[in-house]
Amino acid sequence: MNEYIIKTEGLGFTYSDGESDSLVREEIPALSDINLSVKRGEYLAVLGHNGSGKSTLAKLLNLILVPTVGKIYIDGVDVTAEDFDEDGVFDVRRKVGMVFQNPDNQLVATVVEEDVAFGPENLGLPREEIRRRVNSSLSMVGMQDYMRHAPHKLSGGQKQRVAIAGIIAMRPEVIIFDESTAMLDPMGRAEVISIMERLNREEGITVINITHYMEEAARAERVVVINDGRLTLDGIPREVFSEVELLHKIGLEAPQGTELVHRLRLAGINIEGSSLTEQECAEALINYLSGNRK
Amino acid sequence: MISDITLGQFFPGYSTLHKLDPRTKLILSVAFIVAVFFANSPVSFLGLLIGVLVLVKLSRISFSVVFKGIKPIIIILIFTALINVFLTDGAGEPLVDFWIIEIYTEGIVRAVFMALRVIILIIGTSILLTYTTSPIALTDGIESLLSPLKKIGVPVHTFAMMMSIALRFIPTLVEETEKIMNAQKSRGADFTSGGLIKRARALIPILIPLFVSSFKRAEELATAMECRCYRGDKNRTKLVKLEYKSRDYIWFCAVALFVTAIILLATLPYSIGYSGRLLEIIFYKI
Repeated sequence: MNEYIIKTEGLGFTYSDGESDSLVREEIPALSDINLSVKRGEYLAVLGHNGSGKSTLAKLLNLILVPTVGKIYIDGVDVTAEDFDEDGVFDVRRKVGMVFQNPDNQLVATVVEEDVAFGPENLGLPREEIRRRVNSSLSMVGMQDYMRHAPHKLSGGQKQRVAIAGIIAMRPEVIIFDESTAMLDPMGRAEVISIMERLNREEGITVINITHYMEEAARAERVVVINDGRLTLDGIPREVFSEVELLHKIGLEAPQGTELVHRLRLAGINIEGSSLTEQECAEALINYLSGNRK
Repeated sequence: MISDITLGQFFPGYSTLHKLDPRTKLILSVAFIVAVFFANSPVSFLGLLIGVLVLVKLSRISFSVVFKGIKPIIIILIFTALINVFLTDGAGEPLVDFWIIEIYTEGIVRAVFMALRVIILIIGTSILLTYTTSPIALTDGIESLLSPLKKIGVPVHTFAMMMSIALRFIPTLVEETEKIMNAQKSRGADFTSGGLIKRARALIPILIPLFVSSFKRAEELATAMECRCYRGDKNRTKLVKLEYKSRDYIWFCAVALFVTAIILLATLPYSIGYSGRLLEIIFYKI
């Protein structure tokens, strides 16, 4: 067992002409010199604004894209090695599952249970095992009552839960959520986040949540900020979000509470304590106000 | 509105026909079509009619639904019937001989048989296949039946996968079409007035965004499928496996008997006991 499930060394990627997501046809690297190590069972958030390269990173970790420079180790195996073959890719994709942004575009089948079965079917598992995994994955995301439903009749959050079940059914060690909450309503988002956290806590699955919602990132154990294809900040949320100035400079904001306290401090009001969550922010304000009164 | 469209008009249910294996139904449909083309005498057509009525009854689909299914082709039916009536030459005296119109008994008989043949064909196959088989089951059935072709390099699995993905995305695309239409309507686009050409032109601003987004969807779906370890049918298993049950074998026997009976009925009236005639008819049909 390798301590780091994912490890990258000097990882870089440049879209060749015609493949670029941006309209500018210059060869600007989407990612460069990324050194990132993810521990087994970690809950990591990757932050960055649009075009920062965070989705490219996800696609590299899943070998949808092949890095132009650098190394990636998945579970200790160098997947960027010359002799790494198709079976190896298959193995990596089994270990590293990925949930995408648009739930509609990742559901393959016309019936929920058949969609969840798609991954295990590709793994060539026996039918009884597929059945078991479909049932357990669907109940893990609370969709067991929708087994025979048509996906297009579900809500966005429900579809995304089915998509997650489809990944869980492959029993991956890592699940990368590539902006999986971006297209959902607040309720759907909350559902997906709670599933994500439960999978991490109860099943020990390593979760990488790629997002641009600060509140989501603040819930993770560790936050990585990517800006212009470079790893800019890396640490526990408390540390990362204390760099409010730096976050502003790269077009991101801290969570609302942190932001509020930061601005109050700038205005000369000396509030003490951290304010990562709304709760902490409220407490810091109360402390300050009651301290003033004395 | 448009989202009410059901493709292939599948009516979910639990009748004997619904429970049959899709492969059985596909094979039986082919047998049925053969029988329909053999039928050429009043007795054989009567047999076919009874057979079709039994099928409809067993499917527990109401007759009115079934007849609605024929409505769209009524004009074609009438047209072909008229052509048959007017253009068939007969041996005896014409029934009607007026100006350039000559109608013979043979013409009328042929027109009636032709119409009956088409109606029976459509009702029979739609009851057996489209009405009682879900599109996805049909796809599975076709894949399974055609799988021997894999040996000679026909990408059967790929075709089946394409078909099932197409089926999966029909409602999604219909939904999207509605969204785009509403977006265009809110900017003053008019889809309901003007002549045919104007209306067709009004569809262009809907089709272009629809095409663009479909390509994007296709790419995302392909990526998502790859992420889920899809690599064609290489070493792939299935959650639901098609299996013939005793029900299927009973149906095979029943339909085999039925088809034989129809072929016999169709050939008997020519000359009983003259089996050479049967061969002659078979060759004639081919």
